Amino acid sequence: MIPKRDKQAVGQRLLAAFRAAGAVEVAPDLLLPAGALLDLYGEDIRARAYVTADPIRGEMMLRPDFTVPVVQAHMENGAEPARYCYLGEVFRKQDMGDLRPEHLRDNEYLQCGLELFSRHPGADAEVFALFHRLLAPYGLSAETGDMGLLMDAVRGLPVSDARRAALLHHIWRPGRFQRLLDRFSAPALPRDFPAVTAPWAGLRGEDEMQARIARLRADAAEPPLPPLWSDRLKRLFALRAPAPQAVAALRDLAGEMPAIAPAVQRIETRLAAIGGQGIDPSGVIFDASHGRTTMEYYDGFTFSFLATRPGLPPVASGGRYDALTRMLGKGREIPAVGGIIRPGVLAELEAAA
Amino acid sequence: MIRLGVPSKGRLMEQTFDWFADRGVRLSRSGSDREYAGRVEGAEGVTLVLLSAGEIPRELAAGRIELGVTGTDLVREKLAGWASDVAEVTAMGFGHADLILAVPECWTDCDSLDDFDSVCRDFRAAHGFRLRIATKYHRLVRAWLAAHEVADYQLVDSQGATEGTVANQTAEAIADITSSGETLRANNLKILAEEPILRSQATLFAGRRAMESPEVQAFLARLAA
Repeated sequence: MIPKRDKQAVGQRLLAAFRAAGAVEVAPDLLLPAGALLDLYGEDIRARAYVTADPIRGEMMLRPDFTVPVVQAHMENGAEPARYCYLGEVFRKQDMGDLRPEHLRDNEYLQCGLELFSRHPGADAEVFALFHRLLAPYGLSAETGDMGLLMDAVRGLPVSDARRAALLHHIWRPGRFQRLLDRFSAPALPRDFPAVTAPWAGLRGEDEMQARIARLRADAAEPPLPPLWSDRLKRLFALRAPAPQAVAALRDLAGEMPAIAPAVQRIETRLAAIGGQGIDPSGVIFDASHGRTTMEYYDGFTFSFLATRPGLPPVASGGRYDALTRMLGKGREIPAVGGIIRPGVLAELEAAA
Repeated sequence: MIRLGVPSKGRLMEQTFDWFADRGVRLSRSGSDREYAGRVEGAEGVTLVLLSAGEIPRELAAGRIELGVTGTDLVREKLAGWASDVAEVTAMGFGHADLILAVPECWTDCDSLDDFDSVCRDFRAAHGFRLRIATKYHRLVRAWLAAHEVADYQLVDSQGATEGTVANQTAEAIADITSSGETLRANNLKILAEEPILRSQATLFAGRRAMESPEVQAFLARLAA
């Protein structure tokens, strides 16, 4: 067991480095109103966050992450551009399946993070390079991805807007995405919508149902997506290689899928900027599906740093979340990128060294 | 001593008494109908503990009773990592009920879970909040929907009269236990054409630690004979 004091000391060291990079330290509340978090993450957050009740304020959550409160605070009264850093506990519960896990994960641990609200095109590379420099002594593996690349690939499919929107909506849910893609790739099955004698019940309006039925009828008339497209998506989603090789493969894929060409160019520029910071790009993995199973709010560049020792959680993770600032900004938006490091895991690695 | 937890009232209690009687163990409530004390005849060292069916999982896991009769639904909902704490000794063949997801019958465009997922997405876009599912089986329903990657919904707690929540517009769908589906039909609800979230029935459970006791093993062997 590493004493908490030692983990704090590692966290303070990281925080000082973020401050030196020009970030202002912020300290969001430990107890957050549950509403915004539930709306953003959906019901799944209840399986991960501790929910408690306040007799006056209603449902509250013990801070499950910093990004949401930091973005909320910035969107309410922050000036642009801005960069923030923080150090504090987050709380995550582990909802188990049929069997109690042999090793319980930490349900309370430190996060030290940096969030950049900036329109500067080099922000992704700056955050990644700073994390890379701070984590260099620990011999971690760096993995990156880009959700914008996958979304552009889907946007470029020769399908109706309705099908495109459904696929984009489920891009973070691989199983459901694949079911939709399979369905769109096969001839549509005709379907009846028999009249029902039951009275109308509930808040969903009859007009809403009729709109969906009209959409389903239009969908049934749509020709199947040629199999070469799902094959291209499959190859794109499966791409995982050291970054320079991955970029070469992406350039080839862009020949077949012109819609991804701008994203590939963006990835190349970012990689060059990362290389310009003295980082060897061949030591960075690019995994096209990297951001797909993480938090839904990442919609661009994503990264994580992983320890080679098995059984440890990711040491650091982060990415771009432009859409989140739009959702929480009530009409305002600003590009944002950030990430967190877990000082506790670093302290463990230091103790084992 | 073996403490046997049995539901304290209703058909579940009667059928449990019958099940044990068929195996030569006579359980009964002592004294008046209002007294929650019980008697065991035909088995040495067994005490009857009458409890609410919903509390039996917790008592088993805590080791305050060695054996207990309750529904699989309650064990799986109330005990996280249930199989680490209790063992299913035998299904008892009564108290059958399925945990299902039901939507208004008037939704002629919604038959499968894929339909439901798509309706949830539209509903959220149209109403600005997530479609509400009323239930008291929060963990089971959440885990099932997560496994099927349905995301645009929220659970609202309903501890009773759940079938009425749709008409009252406090929920758009419900997840509840049903045996015949009659209450659902009476409330103009229909079950999605999917495998149930869980098929439940009355089951004899034993605490994991209790299973190691020779006394418990001997009693269970007798019941199985």
